[in-house]
This record gives sequence, structure tokens and C-alpha cells, in this order.
Amino acid sequence: MNTEFLSRIQFAFTVAFHYIYPPLSIGLGVVLVIMEGMYLRTGLPIYEQMTRFWIKIFALIFGIGVATGIVMEFEFGTNWAVYSRYVGDVFGSALAAEGIFAFALESGFLGILLFGWNRVSSRVHFFATLMVALGSMFSAIWIVVANSWQQTPAGFKIEGEGLKARAVITDFWAMVFNPSSVDRLSHVLIGSFLAGSFLVLSVNAYYLIRNKHVEIARAGFKIALVVATVASLMQLFTGHRSADGVAKNQPAKLAAFEGHFPASEVADMYIMGWVDVKKETVTGLKIPKGLSFLLYQDIQKPVIGLRAFKEEDRPHAVNFVFQTYHIMVAIGMSLIGLTLLASFLWWKGKLFEQKWLLQLFAWAVLLPQIANQVGWYSAEVGRQPWVVYGLLRTSHALSSALREEQIWFSLILFTFVYVLLFCLFLYLLNKKIKHGPEGHYEEEEEEAFSKRENPLLD
Amino acid sequence: MTLSLSTWWFLVVGAVFSGYAILDGFDLGAGALHLFFKKEESRRIALNAIGPVWDGNEVWLVIGGGALFAGFPVVYATVFSAFYELFMLFLVMLIFRAISIEFRSKEAMLWWRKMWDIAYCVSSTLIALSLGLVLGNIIQGLPIDKNYEYRGTLLDFFNPYAILIAVTTLALFMMHGAIYLVMKTENRLYAKLTILVKNTTIFFVLMFALTTLVTLLFVPHMVSRYKETPYMFAVPLIAMLGVANITRSITRRRYRSAFLSSAGVTAILMLLVAVGLYPNIVLSTIDPSMNITVFNGSSSDKSLGIMLGFAIVGVPLVAAYTSFVFWTFRGKVQLDETSY
Ligand code: HDD
Ligand code: HEM
Ligand code: HEM
Repeated sequence: MNTEFLSRIQFAFTVAFHYIYPPLSIGLGVVLVIMEGMYLRTGLPIYEQMTRFWIKIFALIFGIGVATGIVMEFEFGTNWAVYSRYVGDVFGSALAAEGIFAFALESGFLGILLFGWNRVSSRVHFFATLMVALGSMFSAIWIVVANSWQQTPAGFKIEGEGLKARAVITDFWAMVFNPSSVDRLSHVLIGSFLAGSFLVLSVNAYYLIRNKHVEIARAGFKIALVVATVASLMQLFTGHRSADGVAKNQPAKLAAFEGHFPASEVADMYIMGWVDVKKETVTGLKIPKGLSFLLYQDIQKPVIGLRAFKEEDRPHAVNFVFQTYHIMVAIGMSLIGLTLLASFLWWKGKLFEQKWLLQLFAWAVLLPQIANQVGWYSAEVGRQPWVVYGLLRTSHALSSALREEQIWFSLILFTFVYVLLFCLFLYLLNKKIKHGPEGHYEEEEEEAFSKRENPLLD
Repeated sequence: MTLSLSTWWFLVVGAVFSGYAILDGFDLGAGALHLFFKKEESRRIALNAIGPVWDGNEVWLVIGGGALFAGFPVVYATVFSAFYELFMLFLVMLIFRAISIEFRSKEAMLWWRKMWDIAYCVSSTLIALSLGLVLGNIIQGLPIDKNYEYRGTLLDFFNPYAILIAVTTLALFMMHGAIYLVMKTENRLYAKLTILVKNTTIFFVLMFALTTLVTLLFVPHMVSRYKETPYMFAVPLIAMLGVANITRSITRRRYRSAFLSSAGVTAILMLLVAVGLYPNIVLSTIDPSMNITVFNGSSSDKSLGIMLGFAIVGVPLVAAYTSFVFWTFRGKVQLDETSY
């Protein structure tokens, strides 16, 4: 255990925990805009109830997203001081833009979204919903741009040497539109739409299985199914674009994705498999020459493999990167299958007759969630040993004043707090879902409170 | 007088942190006073007084952190890694404040609500104190070496001067929060708050006087700028007038004017510190040649220029919708089914 390892664990843990919530917020935002838009157009009470219900769930998710996000912003400075000095000139501007253009927008209008029903007209309320949804997408833009710059740096020059070296911006737009940002941003956003829409699908499927809130659940299920079907198809496309980009810009990472060791040979593509890093072999189910074909549409073309890189320049956790990457792709394919099947049954008019399908949807909420997590793991661990690809090594990026005990302290603290937070989150989410979209839950809660023996009341 | 880009950005960062102190200051103050309210309804009204706005207010901290990272990466990296444990606790307290507001009214059990009431009050208080503690240490300077790394220990932060500033910050926020709440409430709670406003104001005025005295006597470098350029004495003078106006407005029950004054005083106090430090941002107590200044700690002019553009477009936008939200929720708090 050294400070580097501990800091990485802490960063990975806190960011991975944070990333449970943003995709749900972003995806639910889109679904909410559609629901409330339907309400504005039709004036039907089921859409109003639906919207109000999902706003409450949104509030819960959003609240935890905000609370855990602030940690990330400060962690760059606390644990990665050298990195912060190195990239501040370039990276900082994206983070500052995120605060000003995105967070302020979403958090500002959130007040109206949550508490404004009785204070503003329904049009103004809809506008607030729209702004919150847009704001959360903007925040994805800037943070992903910053992270993509780290993966494929562009639009900068290096000034100074040793500990005082730093990247200085030369071309802002080249920095923003660095080679990977558009592909990765679209992939991340659509991954978020999947996370949000599958949550809505799952909850509604659960109601339908139990025969509760049937009318609302059917209408909500259909809205979310449209979003999910379109998004899962697009995700294959954006994922493929990302893989093309990785092959071009980070060949060592792509080689790790597929466990491709030979320095330059035609490469197979695995459906699933296991990498033996010592022997440098992969065993598993493969499509011969598949990778060469997918990247170059040519089964003769060689692909650069891990042996083409010096030992200290390759990612080491190759099996981990391989597995996480393949889990993501497998989930992507299953989501396509699932949504297409459901859409087909809808077209046939039999969507709600298959109980097993609803059962599947009730559990499927976990799939995009897992894919989002492992997607980041493969992208970030595959980037190692670089924190800024090709420029700054992770081992050089730490705060040198930091001691192990300090990180142990914060790591234990965050583990404790996040476990607590996660349990509370699941408990309250479950409670809200159990209660359902009909009736006013807050008023009942207040009544229940005032019926008890209660020193706070007299 | 032409100012360098980095000086402009120093002003922007200072302005954003002042905005944070003013806006989240009243939320934190209201939180610190929370346990003074004994009844369920009072607690809910107090919570809902800040309900629609506290999250937007906290964003000013996020923007400030981003602006500091972007404009003065060296300061961001050095200060945050120096205050490691303190910042981690600070972050955990921010989490607790957020979730206690969020979760409190979601269950009908008495112990549940009481638990979150306490969590809310304690976390708000500790956030205010730790902000003050950091400020107090920044004013005095830190043991920074030539690689801009901190060479002290955790205990060094808890020196008497920093603790004094911490308590003064808490007093300021409590007063500010009480004045905010008194504007949002009616009847019995209002009556109770008028008393709280008086007491917290007395508390603040005492702390303010003590801090001023101690600074004049024991922190010479904060005073030297004012001695060099006497017209700068206008700043502390305005601060005094502001404080005087708070007490005057409160005795006349003109709370809106008191609120504006306490917001103004918060901003002026930040300016006071900024003027005293400039052009340094972090003073090295090891050797003044290792000070981190506006010039050696900043990003490139190109980057600062781009971000100044962001600020010019972004800040008015933020101000516009912040005002819109405050305007939507103007007037006394009314509880309804969407409330906490
Ligand atoms: C794909 C999008 C995405 C990604 C990759 C990240 N975040 Fe995040 N973040 C969001 C999308 C988001 C969001 C949707 O905008 C959140 C979640 C819920 C919310 O309230 O806003 C948010 C909240 C949030 C907040 C609180 C904002 C507020 O107070 O309103 C901060 C400071 C950060 N994030 C910072 C980070 C950092 C430093 C990250 C990287 C290491 C990061 N986020 C990854
Ligand atoms: C939100 C989703 C994200 C997840 C789940 C994620 C995951 C990870 C993981 C697992 C690591 C550890 C890598 C290792 O130990 O080998 C890591 C490291 C890191 N990531 Fe990410 N990441 C995310 C987003 C980001 C973003 C958006 C940024 C930049 C803005 C970022 C910057 C970093 C940095 C600075 C490190 C530490 C240095 C390193 O180990 O490479 N990450 N992340
Ligand atoms: C359908 C097949 C899919 C393919 C071919 C694919 C491909 C990729 C590739 C190549 C990367 C690495 C990009 C980089 O390192 O620059 C990536 C990352 C990622 N994937 Fe996928 N993906 C697929 C499905 C999914 C699904 C279904 C989700 C989530 C619902 C998802 C979420 C993510 C996330 C969050 C990242 C990390 C962010 C990024 O680097 O873009 N992916 N994906």
C-alpha cells in the first residue's frame, strides 16, 4: 500500500459511487421532459400524476448526485496536486465552464421544478424542467471534455520542466474538440438515457406485475420504451465510433480491450474469454480476424498489439480491462435485443400480456447501470500508466506532501459515509416506489407524524 | 491603472467566493440555529425557507473551486492538499447537510426527524467553522516549501488566531441566517426570531471588534497595505459603517435593509482580506520568496482571457436565474404538499 495506490482506490471509489447517480439524473431528465410535455399537450391527469411522481424520485437521485459530486471536484487538489498544477491551465477551464454554465443552471431551476407546482404557471414549470434536463446534459459535456483531453490531449503546449512543467492552452477549440471528446460524449449521454429510461421501465413493469396503478404504468412504460429502444440502437453506433477512435489514438488500450499481444498481427475478436497475462494468451469464444475486420473492414490488416509497447508503457491489468470491456459490449447487445423484442410485441398489440417479459424489465434496470460502471473502468484503467495520455504518468501526479495515514483516514471515512448513504438511498427509493404515483404521500406522512406521541408538536 | 489579467481573475475568484459566503452563509447560519426552534412546524418552516435555494447557493462553492483550479492551479493544488483532513471532513459535512435537508421529512418517526435535525445543525455549524479556520490560516500564511508543498502538520491549523476567525465566521453566518429567516416567517416563530436576530448580532459585533483588535496587534502584514496606501482605509471604514447599519436597521425592524447590510459586510470583509494579501495569495511562513502570488501561481494569459470571457457571459446569466428563483419564492414561507 503506497500513497499512489491508495489515492487511486479512493478516486476510483468516490467517482464510481458518484457515477451511480448522474446517468440516472440525466436520463430521467429527458423522460420527465417528455412526460410533462405530454401533460401540457393533453392535459390528462395521468400524465400529471406520472410527472409529479417521477419528480420526487428525481429529487432523491439528484440530491445524492450533488452531494457526492462536490467530493470529486476537490479531490483533484487534495490527492493529485502535481496533476492539478500540470493540467490546471487546460483542464481547469472546462471545470470552471461546467460550474458556470451547467451546475448553476440545473441547481437554480431545480428549486422551481421541486417546489414550484403551486407557484408558477404550468408553462413556466415545464420550462424549469427543460432547463434542469439541459443543465445536467451540459455538465456531462464539460466533464467528459475534460476527461477526454486527458485521454487524447490536444490544443496545448508544454512549458517548464520537472515539477514545474505544465500544459498551457494554445487553442481552446482544439482542446474542446480533441480527438475523442465527441465520440465519448455521445456515448456517455446515450448511456445515461439508457440508465434513466430503464429505471422508468423497471418501476412500471413492477406495477404491472402487481396489477397496481395500471393505467399510469402502461403509459409511462411506453414513453420509456421509445427512449430506450432508440438509445440502445444508437449506443452500438457511438460505441463503435469510440472503439475506432481508441484504435487510432490509444492503440495500447485497444490491445488491452481485446487482449491482443502480438506486436503487429491480424487480430481476432472475442465474444467472451479469459486473459492469461503471464503467458500472454487468451482463451475463449472468438470470431477469427473479427477485430481487423471491424476496424479496417479488411481481414488481412494487422492490429498493433501490447508487445509493440515498452513494458512500462502498457496497461497492466489487462484481464480486468478485457473483462469490463466485454461485459459492457455484452450488455449493450442484450439491451438492443430486449428493447427490440418489446417494441415488436407493442406493435403486435401484445406488449403487456407477457409476464416473463415484464419480469425481465423489472430487473433489467441493473444492466445499464453495470454497463456504465464497467465502461468507465475499462476506459480509465486502460489508460494507465498515464494520467494524461503519453505526457504525465499516474505515479508522478500525486501530492508529495501526502502521507498514507491521511489517505487511510479519508478512505475509511468515505467508505463509511457512502455505505450509509447507499442504504438510505435504497430504502427511500423503495419506499417511494412502493407508495406509487397515486395520492399525496407527503400529506399522509405529515398526518402520520402528528398522530404520534410527539414532544415536537405541543 | 491597468490591471493584469491574473489580477482580474483574482477579483473574479474573490467575487465568487464572496457570493458563496453571502448566499450559502445564510443557509449555514439558519442551519446552525436550527435546534433553537423547538416545534415541528417551526423546524419545517425554517427548512423550507431555504428549501428552494440552498442547492443553487452551494453551486457558488463549486464555481469558486472551478475558478480557482482554472485560474490559480498552483494555489488550488497547494491549499487543498495542505488542508487534507480538514477538507475531507468539510466534504463529508457538506454531504450530511444535503442529505439531512433531503431526508428529514421523508419518515414519520420522531427519532428519525430528530436525528436529521441534529445532523443538519451540527454539519452546518462545522462547515461554517471550517471555512473560517481555512481563512484564518490563509491570512496568517502557511509553511510552504519551494515546490509549493505544505510542510506543517494538522495541529498547526488549530492556532488561536485561526480559531478566532472561525468563530467570527460562524457568528457572521448565524446573524445573517437569523435575519434571512425573520424575513421569511410570521407569528410566533417570527417573534422568536426577532430575539435571535438581536442576540446573534451582539455576538457578531463582539467577535468583529475582537478580531479587528487582534489583527491590528498581531498580524502586521495585513495592516501594512493599508499603511502604504491610506485611501485603502476606506474599505475597513465601510465595513464598520455596514456593521453599524445592521444594528440600526434591526432596532427599527427594517429587516430587508439589515439583510442587505449583512450581505454587504460579508463581501467587504472578504475584500478586506483580499486587499491585505494582494499580490500574494498564499504566504509562505518559511521564506517570503516562496510566496504564491497572483503572478507566479496563475494560469497563462490565454487561458485567463478565455475564462474571463466565460465569466462575462456566465455570471450575468447565473445572476439572472438566481434572481428569478428568489423572486418566485418571495414572501413568507407557506407549507404545501411539495415542501420538505
Ligand atoms: C456523465 C456525466 C457526469 C460525469 C462523468 C461526472 N459527473 Fe458529476 N454530475 C453530473 C454529471 C457527471 C450531473 C448529472 O450533472 C450531476 C449528478 C446529479 C447532479 O445533481 O448533477 C453531477 C453533480 C456533480 C457536482 C455537484 C454539482 C452541484 O452542486 O449541482 C460536482 C461538483 C460534480 N458532479 C463534479 C464531477 C467531477 C469532478 C467528475 C469527474 C471526476 C464528475 N462530476 C463526473
Ligand atoms: C464518472 C465516471 C468515472 C469513473 C467510474 C471513473 C473510473 C476511474 C477509475 C476506476 C480510476 C482508477 C484507475 C486505476 O486505478 O487504474 C480512475 C482514475 C482517474 N480518473 Fe476516472 N472515472 C470517471 C470519470 C472521470 C472523469 C470524468 C475524470 C476527469 C474529469 C476522471 C479522471 C480520473 C483521474 C484524475 C484519475 C486518477 C488517476 C488515475 O488513476 O488514472 N475520471 N477513474
Ligand atoms: C453496444 C456496444 C458497445 C460498444 C461497442 C462500446 C464501446 C465502448 C468503447 C470502445 C469505450 C472506450 C472509449 C474510450 O476509452 O475512449 C466505451 C466506454 C464506455 N461505455 Fe461503451 N460500448 C457499448 C455499450 C455500452 C453501453 C450499453 C453502455 C451503458 C449503458 C456503455 C457505457 C460506457 C461508458 C460510461 C464508457 C466510459 C466513457 C467513455 O470512455 O466513453 N457502453 N464503450
